[in-house]
Amino acid sequence: MSDKTDITLTINGHSHAIRVESRRTLADAIREDCGQTGTHIGCEHGVCGACTVLVNGEPVRSCLMFAQQADGKEIRTVEGLADGDEMHPMQRAFMENHGLQCGFCTPGFLMLAVGVLEREPDISDHDLIDVLSSNLCRCTGYQNIIKAVRAAAVEMRQS
Amino acid sequence: MKPAPFTRHVPRTVDEVVSALAEFAPLDGRILAGGQSLVPIMAFRMARPAHLIDINEVEGLDRLAVDGDYLSIGARVRHGAFHKPVIDGPLGKLLAFVVSHIAHYPIRMRGTFCGSLAHADPASEWCLVAATLNAQLVVKSVRGERIVDVTDFLEGIMSTSLAEDEFLAEARLPLLPDDTKFGFYEFSRRAGDFAMSAALVTYRLVDGVIADAHVGIGGAEDRARRITEAEDVLNGQVPSPDLFVAVGEAAANAIEPLEDIQTTAEYRCDLVRAVTRRALERSAQ
Repeated sequence: MSDKTDITLTINGHSHAIRVESRRTLADAIREDCGQTGTHIGCEHGVCGACTVLVNGEPVRSCLMFAQQADGKEIRTVEGLADGDEMHPMQRAFMENHGLQCGFCTPGFLMLAVGVLEREPDISDHDLIDVLSSNLCRCTGYQNIIKAVRAAAVEMRQS
Repeated sequence: MKPAPFTRHVPRTVDEVVSALAEFAPLDGRILAGGQSLVPIMAFRMARPAHLIDINEVEGLDRLAVDGDYLSIGARVRHGAFHKPVIDGPLGKLLAFVVSHIAHYPIRMRGTFCGSLAHADPASEWCLVAATLNAQLVVKSVRGERIVDVTDFLEGIMSTSLAEDEFLAEARLPLLPDDTKFGFYEFSRRAGDFAMSAALVTYRLVDGVIADAHVGIGGAEDRARRITEAEDVLNGQVPSPDLFVAVGEAAANAIEPLEDIQTTAEYRCDLVRAVTRRALERSAQ
């Protein structure tokens, strides 16, 4: 029952050859087996969105996917957003607009917002609020997160 | 909050899926599609299947296409596929409107249309769509294939007529005539939360008079279904605010409301009255 399988997770372009049980969630594998602890785990049942990562460009809850299902797929996490010392426009917008306090939910929000804007650059402000309702933040009251994502959206459309 | 151990099987073809089901369903095996309902239940250890047959790699099940007079939705077609209208005409618009009510964006990237039907949560938007539009469901097993009417498929709370060794391979939604009007309204406490009641209505206007009315109610009873008592009030009438109120009343009187810790029967009936009327108002906009 607890047989492990060899898989390769490609996270931000780096291959991680790991050996995991079928019940290992992608979120746990990213953190525990691949050491990429930028992805946070909150509720572990798909409600809070803290563990949101991009799999083949789509924002998904990594706690609701098994690691073996991501074998060979392109995974992006918060560690892959910045280009060296240059922050991603979404990261900078969160900083400039006070889009975080404790920062626990931030990796999930960043990956959600980046993933959706890359897929739908012209998404309306109204639909963007609906997208952001997916994730929970207990510090900011959301207004500054919405402000940050809208600011980054403008910048991402221009670039 | 970690799922219990299980053995994962990864079939590549539908034949392999049904063989795996025949072998492992009797050993507490089940299908894993999008996993957006099953995996949380496993995390809570409310479900601890010994075998999961993961259909995410199966060829052909991602097919979403028009076949003659219906839209065919394969078992791997995810909610997100409907964000933009998948076909011209009212059905594509209806599905695109309804999908935005299903959970949240990242969930919609993984969860599947057929998985929602097979899970049969009474509050499922897709169960309501399937029931209201008279979906036909293609069910497969090593014993062959059968086509099941949605009214025979949905049996109650998280309960369907699928046999242990069967899986839902495809859902077929009848295309809607171009002049079809539709309206959907869902009430829930928070965006993305389970519907406490939802209504979907479709009808045609023939010389200004309502014909072929479908009134579906979800989230209020143990399964989504059409409410003929409400449809009878609509058919043959000219749309008006008073008529829409009367249809809501008929729907509220016809249901056998689910009760839970936050929702009394009386409140559920009030909700059905309101969501039915509001769905009709949207249909007329």
